[in-house]
Amino acid sequence: MAVDASATPRAHGPARAFVDAFLRHKGALASLVVVALVVLLAIAADVVAPHSPQVQYRDAVLRPPAWAAQGSWRFPLGTDPIGRDILSRIIHGARYSLLIALSVVALSVVIGTAIGAIAGYVGGTVDLVVVRLMDVLMALPGLLLAIIVVAILGPGIVNAVIAIAVVFLPHIVRTARAAVLVELSKNYVAAARLAGAKARFLIIDTILPNCMAPLLVQAALSFSGAILEAAALGFLGLGAQPPTPEWGAMLADSREFVLRAWWVVTFPGLAILIVVLALNVLGDGLRDALDPKLRRS
Amino acid sequence: MLGFIVGRLLRVVPTVIGLSLVTFALVRLIPGDPVVAMMGETGLNAIGRERALAMLGLDRPLYEQYLIYVANALRGDLSRSISTSESVLKEFLVLLPATLELGTAALLVALIVGIPAGVLAAVKRGTVIDHATIVAALSGYSMPVFWWGLLLILLFSGTLGWTPVSGRLGVQFYFEPITGFHLIDTLLVNEPGAFTSALRHLVLPALVLATFPLAVIARMTRSAMLEVLNDDYVRTARAKGLPGWRVVNVHALRNALIPVITVIGLQVSVLITGAVMTETIFSWPGVGKWLLEGVYRRDYPVVQGGVLLLALMVVAVNLLVDMLYGIVNPRIRHGR
Repeated sequence: MAVDASATPRAHGPARAFVDAFLRHKGALASLVVVALVVLLAIAADVVAPHSPQVQYRDAVLRPPAWAAQGSWRFPLGTDPIGRDILSRIIHGARYSLLIALSVVALSVVIGTAIGAIAGYVGGTVDLVVVRLMDVLMALPGLLLAIIVVAILGPGIVNAVIAIAVVFLPHIVRTARAAVLVELSKNYVAAARLAGAKARFLIIDTILPNCMAPLLVQAALSFSGAILEAAALGFLGLGAQPPTPEWGAMLADSREFVLRAWWVVTFPGLAILIVVLALNVLGDGLRDALDPKLRRS
Repeated sequence: MLGFIVGRLLRVVPTVIGLSLVTFALVRLIPGDPVVAMMGETGLNAIGRERALAMLGLDRPLYEQYLIYVANALRGDLSRSISTSESVLKEFLVLLPATLELGTAALLVALIVGIPAGVLAAVKRGTVIDHATIVAALSGYSMPVFWWGLLLILLFSGTLGWTPVSGRLGVQFYFEPITGFHLIDTLLVNEPGAFTSALRHLVLPALVLATFPLAVIARMTRSAMLEVLNDDYVRTARAKGLPGWRVVNVHALRNALIPVITVIGLQVSVLITGAVMTETIFSWPGVGKWLLEGVYRRDYPVVQGGVLLLALMVVAVNLLVDMLYGIVNPRIRHGR
């Protein structure tokens, strides 16, 4: 009896299952396109942006966007109070937002995973101290904690990154610790231990690779939060400083012109909203695909 | 029941001690000369420096400094603001009602709009209403609060001219605060003009502050309702022939609200963070704006005291919600 091999269902590996689940989430797919576009724009900012983000066209101060009366395609989204092209500044601003968020996530995930994994593995007093400390950090509202850190370190982009990383740290530590605790009780860990694996090898090579799913989800969900917090700090004058074309700082810069020139505040904020929204939907899709247990209805 | 309450109270103690340590460390971690940072004095000679250090209590060993800090805090002494020389606690308490009024209004908006929206979306699952709610909630969730505030100012204060741009009350009104809540005080002293003015000042900030909690509450209510609507007792209630609205609003909603209460408790911390932003945008004279100005002015006693007091408020509210949760849901009370 001849059996068509292609007719039998193929065994799906975990990677394939992930891609399938992700592709089924239409919103996540659309968001992926948006995020990819923003990343491309950020990388190619020097080529794509029609003007330099810092050049001040003194003959074209507060020009409205192209489609409005007195607007021109020379400045598609208009100009700010000192004659800089808003579109170019937004495109360059994508660099700052993405880089800040990337640094925040990298910093908090690396340090948080290390702390969480060690606390979970070692247990005892170390674990207790870590858990208590993280509880205290979590009792402080996020932005408040970030403001404290900036108050200590002083304003600036690097300090803003550190401040926001501190805000996200307890969440990563908790996730990593919980995941390590679950894995520790499994047979393969006992087997590795019996085989004489050293603690360092056991944590890094044996346990952590199996903790990646919840950590990746947490990291993805932190990404949008990092952009939002960075923009908030920039807006409060505690993050990126003018004339840096960071989106939050741009809003702070032109805040007083809100009633005279709607475009100077509308577009930078819209950029933040679109990117954060896309990242949130993307994070949700990633969570559903990677970790079905965490799925909300 | 008493054991449950005492247990929850004890669980908070390490957090409070931790908070005191963090805020204590805050001032000691500032890089540079503490005398310059705390008193703005530069170029002091050796004797003047020593005197300044003694005045700040920085000449003692660290553990002694900490104990003094805690002892003072317990007596309500959070030291004085550098810029106004006023007691930090007093400044905080004077400004607190404004923040509470704003926060309460925002929470009310979030609840009054969020819960029905979530219920409606769940009941009309898969329809346009459901999708619109999901999209709106997601947008609210992703909204940069400061930008949202500016947009609303642009529309309602600029284009339409309905609401004032900033502040809490028209300058022509003055009355002695009774509760500190303008909406209540203006009614107590019978000043309808001032009441309207206070209300018009409150609308936009409350709306802006409500956005994030509103999105979270709507989302949570929807998913909690979806879970409950499939339960047996809901089917039984329907089978009994009860009218649909009664099944939804009485039988289902009452049980769906349990997880929602927890989320509401968590929103208080969000409201306090949001208050810093919202008060800054609308020049609302509350503790959030005051704290941020303390940061700008490098007024460290204000930052230290303000952070401690706000964090304690968050801890207290979470404790309260925790207990409320235990009272509403006996399984929690006896489970642990």
